[in-house]
Amino acid sequence: MQKSILASCFFVVLTVISCAQKSDNGITTPQETTFSAELIVDGMQIPWGMVFLPDGSMLITEKSGEIVHFKEGEKIQISNVPAVYNRGQGGLLDIELHPDFQENGWIYLSYSSEEGDDKGGNTAIARARLSGNSLTDLQVLYKATPNTTRGQHFGSRLEFDDSGYLYFTIGERGDRDVNPQDITRDGGKVYRINDDGSIPQDNPFVNENNAKSAIYTYGNRNPQGMVKNPETGDIWIHEHGPRGGDEINIVKKGANYGWPVITYGINYSGTPITDQTEMEGMEQPIHYWVPSIAPSGMTFVTSPLYPDWNGDLLVGSLSFQYLERLKLEGEKVTYREKLMENIGRVRNVRQGPDGYIYVAVEGKGIYKLVPNG
Amino acid sequence: MADAEMGMKAYTILIFIILAGVSPLSGQEDAMSDSIERGASLYQDFCMECHRADGKGEEAVYPPLAMSDYLLGNRSGSIRGVKYGQRGPMTVNGVIYDNTMAPLGLTDEEIADVMNYIYNSWGNSGQERVTPEEVAAIGPR
Repeated sequence: MQKSILASCFFVVLTVISCAQKSDNGITTPQETTFSAELIVDGMQIPWGMVFLPDGSMLITEKSGEIVHFKEGEKIQISNVPAVYNRGQGGLLDIELHPDFQENGWIYLSYSSEEGDDKGGNTAIARARLSGNSLTDLQVLYKATPNTTRGQHFGSRLEFDDSGYLYFTIGERGDRDVNPQDITRDGGKVYRINDDGSIPQDNPFVNENNAKSAIYTYGNRNPQGMVKNPETGDIWIHEHGPRGGDEINIVKKGANYGWPVITYGINYSGTPITDQTEMEGMEQPIHYWVPSIAPSGMTFVTSPLYPDWNGDLLVGSLSFQYLERLKLEGEKVTYREKLMENIGRVRNVRQGPDGYIYVAVEGKGIYKLVPNG
Repeated sequence: MADAEMGMKAYTILIFIILAGVSPLSGQEDAMSDSIERGASLYQDFCMECHRADGKGEEAVYPPLAMSDYLLGNRSGSIRGVKYGQRGPMTVNGVIYDNTMAPLGLTDEEIADVMNYIYNSWGNSGQERVTPEEVAAIGPR
Protein backbone atom coordinates (compact mmCIF):
# COMPACT_ATOMS: atom_id res chain seq x y z
CA MET A 1 0.00 0.00 0.00
CA GLN A 2 2.75 2.38 1.07
CA LYS A 3 4.68 1.36 -2.01
CA SER A 4 1.82 2.32 -4.28
CA ILE A 5 1.43 5.69 -2.56
CA LEU A 6 5.13 6.26 -3.09
CA ALA A 7 4.77 5.17 -6.70
CA SER A 8 1.92 7.57 -7.33
CA CYS A 9 3.88 10.43 -5.72
CA PHE A 10 6.70 9.61 -8.11
CA PHE A 11 4.22 9.60 -10.99
CA VAL A 12 2.95 13.05 -9.97
CA VAL A 13 6.52 14.36 -9.91
CA LEU A 14 7.20 12.93 -13.37
CA THR A 15 3.96 14.41 -14.70
CA VAL A 16 4.85 17.83 -13.33
CA ILE A 17 8.26 17.66 -14.98
CA SER A 18 6.82 16.60 -18.31
CA CYS A 19 4.09 19.26 -18.06
CA ALA A 20 6.77 21.87 -17.55
CA GLN A 21 8.26 20.68 -20.83
CA LYS A 22 4.91 21.14 -22.55
CA SER A 23 4.74 24.86 -21.81
CA ASP A 24 5.12 25.62 -25.49
CA ASN A 25 2.38 23.35 -26.69
CA GLY A 26 -0.44 25.88 -27.05
CA ILE A 27 -2.10 24.50 -30.13
CA THR A 28 -5.76 24.96 -30.99
CA THR A 29 -8.12 22.51 -32.66
CA PRO A 30 -10.67 24.51 -34.69
CA GLN A 31 -14.35 23.79 -34.03
CA GLU A 32 -15.24 23.60 -37.70
CA THR A 33 -13.24 22.93 -40.81
CA THR A 34 -13.30 25.39 -43.66
CA PHE A 35 -12.23 22.92 -46.33
CA SER A 36 -12.57 19.31 -47.40
CA ALA A 37 -9.56 17.07 -48.02
CA GLU A 38 -9.94 15.12 -51.28
CA LEU A 39 -7.64 12.17 -51.85
CA ILE A 40 -6.58 12.73 -55.46
CA VAL A 41 -3.64 10.27 -55.67
CA ASP A 42 -4.11 7.05 -53.71
CA GLY A 43 -2.05 3.92 -53.11
CA MET A 44 1.16 5.70 -52.08
CA GLN A 45 3.56 4.32 -49.45
CA ILE A 46 5.91 7.14 -48.43
CA PRO A 47 5.39 10.04 -50.85
CA TRP A 48 8.46 12.01 -49.77
CA GLY A 49 8.67 14.75 -52.38
CA MET A 50 6.32 16.26 -54.96
CA VAL A 51 6.52 18.92 -57.60
CA PHE A 52 4.16 20.37 -60.20
CA LEU A 53 5.03 20.44 -63.91
CA PRO A 54 3.87 23.34 -66.11
CA ASP A 55 1.08 21.18 -67.60
CA GLY A 56 -0.46 20.77 -64.14
CA SER A 57 0.68 17.18 -63.70
CA MET A 58 2.79 16.10 -60.70
CA LEU A 59 5.99 14.19 -60.08
CA ILE A 60 5.92 12.33 -56.77
CA THR A 61 8.87 10.48 -55.22
CA GLU A 62 8.35 7.27 -53.28
CA LYS A 63 11.04 6.69 -50.66
CA SER A 64 11.45 3.13 -51.95
CA GLY A 65 13.04 4.56 -55.11
CA GLU A 66 10.25 5.25 -57.59
CA ILE A 67 9.06 8.41 -59.30
CA VAL A 68 5.37 8.54 -60.13
CA HIS A 69 4.13 10.94 -62.80
CA PHE A 70 0.52 11.71 -61.92
CA LYS A 71 -1.09 13.01 -65.09
CA GLU A 72 -4.78 13.28 -66.01
CA GLY A 73 -5.77 10.94 -63.21
CA GLU A 74 -3.21 8.27 -64.06
CA LYS A 75 -0.05 7.12 -62.32
CA ILE A 76 2.85 6.59 -64.70
CA GLN A 77 6.11 5.03 -63.49
CA ILE A 78 9.22 6.94 -64.51
CA SER A 79 12.16 4.72 -65.49
CA ASN A 80 15.91 5.21 -65.22
CA VAL A 81 15.70 6.61 -61.68
CA PRO A 82 19.10 6.50 -59.90
CA ALA A 83 19.65 3.56 -57.52
CA VAL A 84 18.94 4.54 -53.92
CA TYR A 85 20.25 3.19 -50.61
CA ASN A 86 16.88 2.26 -49.17
CA ARG A 87 17.74 1.80 -45.53
CA GLY A 88 16.17 3.32 -42.44
CA GLN A 89 15.14 6.87 -43.27
CA GLY A 90 17.13 6.81 -46.51
CA GLY A 91 15.79 6.30 -50.01
CA LEU A 92 14.53 8.54 -52.80
CA LEU A 93 13.72 11.79 -51.04
CA ASP A 94 12.96 15.27 -52.40
CA ILE A 95 12.30 16.57 -55.90
CA GLU A 96 12.37 20.15 -57.21
CA LEU A 97 12.27 21.95 -60.55
CA HIS A 98 14.83 24.47 -61.79
CA PRO A 99 13.34 28.00 -61.67
CA ASP A 100 13.82 28.09 -65.47
CA PHE A 101 12.49 24.57 -65.98
CA GLN A 102 10.46 25.67 -69.01
CA GLU A 103 13.70 26.55 -70.80
CA ASN A 104 16.22 23.97 -69.51
CA GLY A 105 14.11 21.02 -68.26
CA TRP A 106 16.26 20.33 -65.19
CA ILE A 107 14.71 18.34 -62.36
CA TYR A 108 16.63 18.09 -59.06
CA LEU A 109 16.57 15.03 -56.81
CA SER A 110 17.92 14.20 -53.38
CA TYR A 111 18.43 10.59 -52.30
CA SER A 112 20.64 8.36 -50.23
CA SER A 113 23.35 6.78 -52.32
CA GLU A 114 25.96 4.04 -51.91
CA GLU A 115 28.34 5.82 -54.30
CA GLY A 116 31.93 5.67 -53.02
CA ASP A 117 34.17 2.97 -51.60
CA ASP A 118 33.06 2.73 -48.01
CA LYS A 119 30.16 0.64 -46.83
CA GLY A 120 26.77 2.25 -46.31
CA GLY A 121 25.33 5.38 -47.84
CA ASN A 122 24.97 9.12 -47.56
CA THR A 123 22.91 11.88 -49.14
CA ALA A 124 23.38 12.71 -52.83
CA ILE A 125 22.00 15.61 -54.88
CA ALA A 126 21.53 15.10 -58.63
CA ARG A 127 19.76 16.62 -61.58
CA ALA A 128 18.22 15.00 -64.65
CA ARG A 129 15.77 15.72 -67.43
CA LEU A 130 12.52 13.97 -68.20
CA SER A 131 12.28 12.49 -71.66
CA GLY A 132 8.98 10.74 -72.24
CA ASN A 133 8.62 8.50 -69.20
CA SER A 134 12.32 8.20 -68.51
CA LEU A 135 15.02 10.25 -66.79
CA THR A 136 18.00 11.24 -68.92
CA ASP A 137 21.18 13.35 -68.58
CA LEU A 138 21.62 12.40 -64.90
CA GLN A 139 24.38 14.40 -63.19
CA VAL A 140 25.34 13.88 -59.56
CA LEU A 141 26.03 17.38 -58.17
CA TYR A 142 26.94 16.55 -54.59
CA LYS A 143 27.57 13.38 -52.64
CA ALA A 144 28.14 13.58 -48.88
CA THR A 145 30.88 11.46 -47.31
CA PRO A 146 31.68 9.23 -45.58
CA ASN A 147 29.11 6.50 -46.17
CA THR A 148 27.66 4.98 -43.04
CA THR A 149 25.25 2.11 -42.37
CA ARG A 150 23.38 4.25 -39.85
CA GLY A 151 19.73 4.57 -40.77
CA GLN A 152 18.89 8.08 -39.72
CA HIS A 153 19.06 11.77 -40.58
CA PHE A 154 19.59 12.21 -44.30
CA GLY A 155 17.91 15.65 -44.33
CA SER A 156 17.26 16.25 -48.01
CA ARG A 157 14.83 19.06 -48.75
CA LEU A 158 15.66 21.11 -51.86
CA GLU A 159 14.80 24.76 -52.53
CA PHE A 160 15.92 27.52 -54.92
CA ASP A 161 16.13 31.15 -53.81
CA ASP A 162 15.40 34.27 -55.87
CA SER A 163 19.02 34.46 -57.08
CA GLY A 164 18.91 30.92 -58.47
CA TYR A 165 21.06 29.27 -55.80
CA LEU A 166 20.07 25.73 -54.81
CA TYR A 167 19.85 25.00 -51.08
CA PHE A 168 19.71 21.49 -49.68
CA THR A 169 19.95 19.90 -46.25
CA ILE A 170 21.86 16.88 -44.98
CA GLY A 171 21.10 15.61 -41.47
CA GLU A 172 23.85 14.58 -39.07
CA ARG A 173 23.50 10.87 -39.96
CA GLY A 174 23.18 9.81 -36.33
CA ASP A 175 26.64 11.13 -35.46
CA ARG A 176 25.74 14.20 -33.46
CA ASP A 177 29.02 14.52 -31.55
CA VAL A 178 31.13 14.34 -34.69
CA ASN A 179 29.36 15.98 -37.63
CA PRO A 180 27.18 19.03 -36.97
CA GLN A 181 29.75 21.37 -35.39
CA ASP A 182 32.61 20.42 -37.77
CA ILE A 183 32.63 22.33 -41.07
CA THR A 184 35.24 19.97 -42.51
CA ARG A 185 32.66 17.16 -42.36
CA ASP A 186 29.35 16.55 -44.08
CA GLY A 187 26.11 16.19 -42.14
CA GLY A 188 24.13 18.47 -39.87
CA LYS A 189 24.31 21.28 -42.42
CA VAL A 190 22.39 23.41 -44.88
CA TYR A 191 24.25 23.67 -48.21
CA ARG A 192 24.19 26.17 -51.06
CA ILE A 193 25.38 25.43 -54.59
CA ASN A 194 24.91 26.82 -58.08
CA ASP A 195 22.39 25.08 -60.31
CA ASP A 196 25.21 23.13 -62.04
CA GLY A 197 26.74 21.92 -58.76
CA SER A 198 29.61 24.43 -58.68
CA ILE A 199 30.27 26.31 -55.45
CA PRO A 200 29.29 29.99 -55.23
CA GLN A 201 32.39 32.09 -54.61
CA ASP A 202 30.75 33.96 -51.76
CA ASN A 203 29.78 30.86 -49.78
CA PRO A 204 30.78 31.45 -46.14
CA PHE A 205 33.51 28.83 -45.75
CA VAL A 206 35.20 28.87 -49.18
CA ASN A 207 38.42 30.24 -47.66
CA GLU A 208 38.49 28.00 -44.57
CA ASN A 209 41.09 25.25 -44.58
CA ASN A 210 39.63 21.83 -45.41
CA ALA A 211 36.07 23.08 -44.99
CA LYS A 212 33.35 21.62 -47.19
CA SER A 213 32.84 24.73 -49.28
CA ALA A 214 29.21 23.94 -50.15
CA ILE A 215 28.24 24.42 -46.48
CA TYR A 216 26.04 27.46 -45.86
CA THR A 217 25.00 26.84 -42.22
CA TYR A 218 25.96 24.26 -39.59
CA GLY A 219 24.87 22.94 -36.20
CA ASN A 220 21.65 21.59 -37.73
CA ARG A 221 20.22 18.21 -36.76
CA ASN A 222 17.89 16.88 -39.44
CA PRO A 223 15.98 19.43 -41.52
CA GLN A 224 13.14 17.85 -43.52
CA GLY A 225 11.34 21.08 -44.33
CA MET A 226 12.63 23.98 -46.41
CA VAL A 227 10.81 26.75 -48.23
CA LYS A 228 11.48 30.22 -49.55
CA ASN A 229 9.56 32.93 -47.73
CA PRO A 230 7.69 34.55 -50.64
CA GLU A 231 7.72 37.99 -49.00
CA THR A 232 11.32 38.27 -47.83
CA GLY A 233 13.02 35.79 -50.16
CA ASP A 234 14.70 34.18 -47.11
CA ILE A 235 15.06 30.41 -46.89
CA TRP A 236 13.22 28.92 -43.92
CA ILE A 237 13.82 25.44 -42.58
CA HIS A 238 12.45 23.32 -39.83
CA GLU A 239 14.35 20.47 -38.26
CA HIS A 240 13.66 17.44 -36.13
CA GLY A 241 14.88 17.74 -32.58
CA PRO A 242 15.61 14.70 -30.42
CA ARG A 243 12.85 14.19 -27.81
CA GLY A 244 11.41 17.70 -27.88
CA GLY A 245 13.19 20.61 -29.47
CA ASP A 246 12.05 20.51 -33.11
CA GLU A 247 12.83 23.98 -34.50
CA ILE A 248 11.96 26.50 -37.18
CA ASN A 249 15.03 28.46 -38.29
CA ILE A 250 15.73 31.12 -40.88
CA VAL A 251 18.82 30.26 -42.91
CA LYS A 252 21.56 32.88 -42.45
CA LYS A 253 24.91 32.71 -44.19
CA GLY A 254 27.56 31.00 -42.04
CA ALA A 255 25.30 30.69 -38.99
CA ASN A 256 25.59 27.97 -36.33
CA TYR A 257 22.24 26.63 -35.12
CA GLY A 258 23.82 24.98 -32.11
CA TRP A 259 23.10 21.24 -32.34
CA PRO A 260 24.03 19.45 -30.08
CA VAL A 261 25.65 22.16 -27.93
CA ILE A 262 22.34 23.93 -27.33
CA THR A 263 18.90 22.36 -27.71
CA TYR A 264 15.41 22.47 -26.23
CA GLY A 265 15.26 18.68 -26.46
CA ILE A 266 16.47 15.74 -24.40
CA ASN A 267 17.68 12.24 -25.24
CA TYR A 268 15.08 9.65 -26.26
CA SER A 269 15.91 7.83 -23.03
CA GLY A 270 14.87 10.91 -21.03
CA THR A 271 18.38 11.90 -19.95
CA PRO A 272 19.63 15.43 -20.70
CA ILE A 273 21.85 16.21 -23.69
CA THR A 274 22.91 19.58 -22.30
CA ASP A 275 21.39 22.11 -19.94
CA GLN A 276 22.18 24.90 -22.42
CA THR A 277 19.41 26.30 -24.59
CA GLU A 278 21.29 29.37 -25.77
CA MET A 279 24.85 30.43 -26.29
CA GLU A 280 26.78 33.34 -27.77
CA GLY A 281 27.44 32.79 -31.46
CA MET A 282 24.61 30.30 -31.88
CA GLU A 283 21.22 31.05 -33.40
CA GLN A 284 17.93 30.81 -31.54
CA PRO A 285 15.05 29.19 -33.41
CA ILE A 286 12.09 31.43 -34.23
CA HIS A 287 9.90 28.63 -32.88
CA TYR A 288 10.46 25.30 -31.16
CA TRP A 289 8.15 22.40 -30.41
CA VAL A 290 8.07 20.52 -27.12
CA PRO A 291 6.93 17.80 -27.36
CA SER A 292 8.23 17.05 -30.85
CA ILE A 293 5.70 17.00 -33.67
CA ALA A 294 8.31 15.41 -35.99
CA PRO A 295 7.95 18.05 -38.74
CA SER A 296 8.22 17.17 -42.42
CA GLY A 297 7.41 19.41 -45.38
CA MET A 298 6.57 23.10 -45.17
CA THR A 299 4.91 25.76 -47.29
CA PHE A 300 3.76 29.36 -47.05
CA VAL A 301 0.17 30.06 -48.06
CA THR A 302 -0.12 32.87 -50.60
CA SER A 303 -3.11 31.62 -52.55
CA PRO A 304 -6.33 33.69 -52.63
CA LEU A 305 -8.26 30.40 -52.26
CA TYR A 306 -7.53 30.46 -48.50
CA PRO A 307 -7.91 34.15 -47.53
CA ASP A 308 -7.90 33.39 -43.77
CA TRP A 309 -4.56 31.62 -44.07
CA ASN A 310 -2.75 34.28 -46.08
CA GLY A 311 0.93 34.40 -45.15
CA ASP A 312 0.62 31.44 -42.77
CA LEU A 313 3.06 28.56 -42.60
CA LEU A 314 1.84 24.98 -43.00
CA VAL A 315 3.95 22.16 -41.55
CA GLY A 316 3.34 18.39 -41.67
CA SER A 317 3.55 16.35 -38.47
CA LEU A 318 4.69 12.75 -38.70
CA SER A 319 4.21 11.82 -35.02
CA PHE A 320 0.94 13.58 -34.32
CA GLN A 321 -0.50 12.92 -37.76
CA TYR A 322 -1.90 16.32 -38.59
CA LEU A 323 -1.11 19.43 -40.62
CA GLU A 324 -0.11 22.36 -38.46
CA ARG A 325 -0.99 25.95 -39.41
CA LEU A 326 1.19 28.64 -37.86
CA LYS A 327 0.20 32.29 -37.97
CA LEU A 328 3.12 34.69 -38.11
CA GLU A 329 3.84 38.28 -37.36
CA GLY A 330 7.09 38.74 -39.21
CA GLU A 331 9.35 36.12 -37.64
CA LYS A 332 7.17 35.48 -34.62
CA VAL A 333 4.67 32.63 -34.34
CA THR A 334 1.47 34.06 -32.85
CA TYR A 335 -1.07 31.25 -33.25
CA ARG A 336 -1.05 27.54 -34.07
CA GLU A 337 -3.79 25.14 -35.00
CA LYS A 338 -4.33 21.53 -36.04
CA LEU A 339 -5.75 20.77 -39.46
CA MET A 340 -6.63 17.30 -40.82
CA GLU A 341 -6.42 15.72 -37.35
CA ASN A 342 -5.56 11.99 -37.33
CA ILE A 343 -5.10 11.93 -41.12
CA GLY A 344 -1.88 9.86 -40.89
CA ARG A 345 1.84 10.70 -40.98
CA VAL A 346 2.00 13.97 -42.95
CA ARG A 347 5.20 13.82 -44.99
CA ASN A 348 4.90 16.88 -47.20
CA VAL A 349 2.81 19.94 -48.00
CA ARG A 350 3.00 22.30 -50.99
CA GLN A 351 0.93 25.00 -52.62
CA GLY A 352 0.40 24.10 -56.26
CA PRO A 353 0.56 26.57 -59.16
CA ASP A 354 -3.26 26.27 -59.31
CA GLY A 355 -3.40 27.81 -55.83
CA TYR A 356 -4.56 24.66 -54.04
CA ILE A 357 -2.74 23.16 -51.06
CA TYR A 358 -1.59 19.56 -51.57
CA VAL A 359 -0.73 17.32 -48.64
CA ALA A 360 1.20 14.02 -48.87
CA VAL A 361 0.27 11.42 -46.24
CA GLU A 362 2.15 8.16 -45.70
CA GLY A 363 0.22 4.97 -46.46
CA LYS A 364 -2.46 7.02 -48.24
CA GLY A 365 -1.44 9.46 -50.93
CA ILE A 366 -1.90 13.09 -51.95
CA TYR A 367 -4.80 15.14 -50.64
CA LYS A 368 -6.06 18.37 -52.18
CA LEU A 369 -7.57 20.88 -49.75
CA VAL A 370 -10.74 22.27 -51.31
CA PRO A 371 -12.23 25.30 -49.49
CA ASN A 372 -15.93 25.02 -48.57
CA GLY A 373 -18.57 26.68 -50.78
CA MET B 1 49.05 -37.49 0.60
CA ALA B 2 47.68 -40.16 -1.70
CA ASP B 3 44.24 -39.24 -0.53
CA ALA B 4 44.87 -35.63 -1.32
CA GLU B 5 46.12 -36.56 -4.79
CA MET B 6 43.07 -38.70 -5.35
CA GLY B 7 40.91 -35.80 -4.21
CA MET B 8 42.70 -33.46 -6.58
CA LYS B 9 42.21 -35.87 -9.46
CA ALA B 10 38.52 -36.27 -8.72
CA TYR B 11 38.21 -32.50 -8.49
CA THR B 12 39.91 -32.07 -11.89
CA ILE B 13 37.60 -34.66 -13.42
CA LEU B 14 34.62 -32.93 -11.87
CA ILE B 15 35.72 -29.58 -13.30
CA PHE B 16 36.22 -31.23 -16.68
CA ILE B 17 32.74 -32.74 -16.59
CA ILE B 18 31.17 -29.42 -15.62
CA LEU B 19 33.02 -27.54 -18.32
CA ALA B 20 32.20 -30.17 -20.95
CA GLY B 21 28.57 -30.08 -19.97
CA VAL B 22 28.25 -26.32 -19.75
CA SER B 23 30.35 -24.91 -22.54
CA PRO B 24 28.00 -25.64 -25.46
CA LEU B 25 25.25 -23.98 -23.48
CA SER B 26 27.36 -20.97 -22.57
CA GLY B 27 28.32 -20.72 -26.25
CA GLN B 28 24.65 -20.34 -27.08
CA GLU B 29 24.27 -17.79 -24.33
CA ASP B 30 27.20 -15.86 -25.76
CA ALA B 31 25.62 -15.93 -29.22
CA MET B 32 22.40 -14.62 -27.69
CA SER B 33 24.02 -11.87 -25.65
CA ASP B 34 26.21 -10.76 -28.58
CA SER B 35 23.14 -10.65 -30.80
CA ILE B 36 21.19 -8.62 -28.22
CA GLU B 37 24.09 -6.19 -27.90
CA ARG B 38 24.25 -5.63 -31.67
CA GLY B 39 20.46 -5.40 -31.70
CA ALA B 40 20.50 -2.65 -29.06
CA SER B 41 22.64 -0.46 -31.27
CA LEU B 42 20.46 -1.16 -34.33
CA TYR B 43 17.37 -0.38 -32.25
CA GLN B 44 18.75 3.08 -31.48
CA ASP B 45 19.44 3.73 -35.16
CA PHE B 46 16.32 2.32 -36.78
CA CYS B 47 13.49 1.95 -34.28
CA MET B 48 13.81 4.28 -31.30
CA GLU B 49 12.63 7.52 -32.89
CA CYS B 50 9.15 6.02 -33.24
CA HIS B 51 8.94 3.10 -30.81
CA ARG B 52 10.85 5.06 -28.12
CA ALA B 53 13.69 4.10 -25.82
CA ASP B 54 11.29 2.31 -23.45
CA GLY B 55 9.59 0.37 -26.26
CA LYS B 56 6.24 1.88 -25.35
CA GLY B 57 5.68 3.61 -28.69
CA GLU B 58 3.04 6.34 -28.92
CA GLU B 59 -0.54 5.36 -28.30
CA ALA B 60 -2.61 5.05 -31.48
CA VAL B 61 0.39 6.17 -33.61
CA TYR B 62 3.35 3.81 -33.08
CA PRO B 63 2.49 0.45 -31.47
CA PRO B 64 4.32 -0.61 -28.30
CA LEU B 65 6.98 -3.30 -28.46
CA ALA B 66 7.18 -3.61 -24.67
CA MET B 67 4.82 -6.35 -23.47
CA SER B 68 3.07 -6.27 -26.84
CA ASP B 69 0.57 -9.10 -27.33
CA TYR B 70 1.10 -8.91 -31.10
CA LEU B 71 4.88 -9.21 -30.87
CA LEU B 72 4.88 -11.98 -28.26
CA GLY B 73 2.04 -13.93 -29.89
CA ASN B 74 2.96 -13.57 -33.56
CA ARG B 75 6.68 -14.15 -33.98
CA SER B 76 6.76 -14.76 -37.73
CA GLY B 77 4.39 -11.85 -38.41
CA SER B 78 6.58 -9.55 -36.34
CA ILE B 79 9.75 -10.62 -38.16
CA ARG B 80 7.91 -10.21 -41.47
CA GLY B 81 6.90 -6.66 -40.46
CA VAL B 82 10.51 -5.68 -39.84
CA LYS B 83 11.72 -7.40 -43.02
CA TYR B 84 9.11 -6.23 -45.53
CA GLY B 85 7.46 -3.31 -43.75
CA GLN B 86 4.08 -3.08 -42.10
CA ARG B 87 1.01 -1.42 -43.51
CA GLY B 88 -2.63 -1.07 -42.61
CA PRO B 89 -4.63 -1.66 -39.44
CA MET B 90 -3.34 -3.90 -36.66
CA THR B 91 -4.49 -4.31 -33.07
CA VAL B 92 -1.87 -4.22 -30.35
CA ASN B 93 -2.84 -4.57 -26.69
CA GLY B 94 -6.41 -3.66 -27.61
CA VAL B 95 -5.55 -0.46 -29.50
CA ILE B 96 -5.93 -0.16 -33.29
CA TYR B 97 -2.90 1.16 -35.20
CA ASP B 98 -3.38 2.09 -38.86
CA ASN B 99 -0.06 3.31 -40.14
CA THR B 100 2.85 2.57 -42.43
CA MET B 101 6.31 1.35 -41.50
CA ALA B 102 8.60 1.24 -44.52
CA PRO B 103 10.90 -1.78 -44.96
CA LEU B 104 14.03 -0.86 -43.02
CA GLY B 105 16.62 -2.28 -45.41
CA LEU B 106 18.24 -4.43 -42.70
CA THR B 107 20.07 -7.69 -43.47
CA ASP B 108 18.66 -10.99 -42.15
CA GLU B 109 21.37 -11.03 -39.49
CA GLU B 110 20.54 -7.48 -38.41
CA ILE B 111 16.84 -8.32 -38.23
CA ALA B 112 17.65 -11.33 -36.02
CA ASP B 113 19.76 -9.09 -33.77
CA VAL B 114 17.16 -6.38 -33.38
CA MET B 115 14.42 -8.94 -32.76
CA ASN B 116 16.54 -10.58 -30.06
CA TYR B 117 17.03 -7.19 -28.43
CA ILE B 118 13.29 -6.45 -28.56
CA TYR B 119 12.35 -9.93 -27.30
CA ASN B 120 14.64 -9.50 -24.29
CA SER B 121 13.91 -5.90 -23.29
CA TRP B 122 11.34 -3.95 -21.26
CA GLY B 123 9.91 -7.06 -19.58
CA ASN B 124 9.67 -9.11 -22.79
CA SER B 125 11.05 -12.64 -22.30
CA GLY B 126 10.51 -16.30 -23.05
CA GLN B 127 11.35 -16.26 -26.77
CA GLU B 128 14.06 -18.48 -28.21
CA ARG B 129 16.89 -16.82 -30.09
CA VAL B 130 15.90 -15.52 -33.54
CA THR B 131 18.50 -16.68 -36.07
CA PRO B 132 19.36 -15.21 -39.49
CA GLU B 133 18.20 -18.53 -40.97
CA GLU B 134 14.77 -18.11 -39.42
CA VAL B 135 14.55 -14.57 -40.84
CA ALA B 136 15.72 -15.77 -44.27
CA ALA B 137 12.93 -18.34 -44.36
CA ILE B 138 10.18 -15.76 -43.88
CA GLY B 139 8.69 -14.53 -47.14
CA PRO B 140 6.36 -11.60 -47.88
CA ARG B 141 2.72 -11.87 -46.88
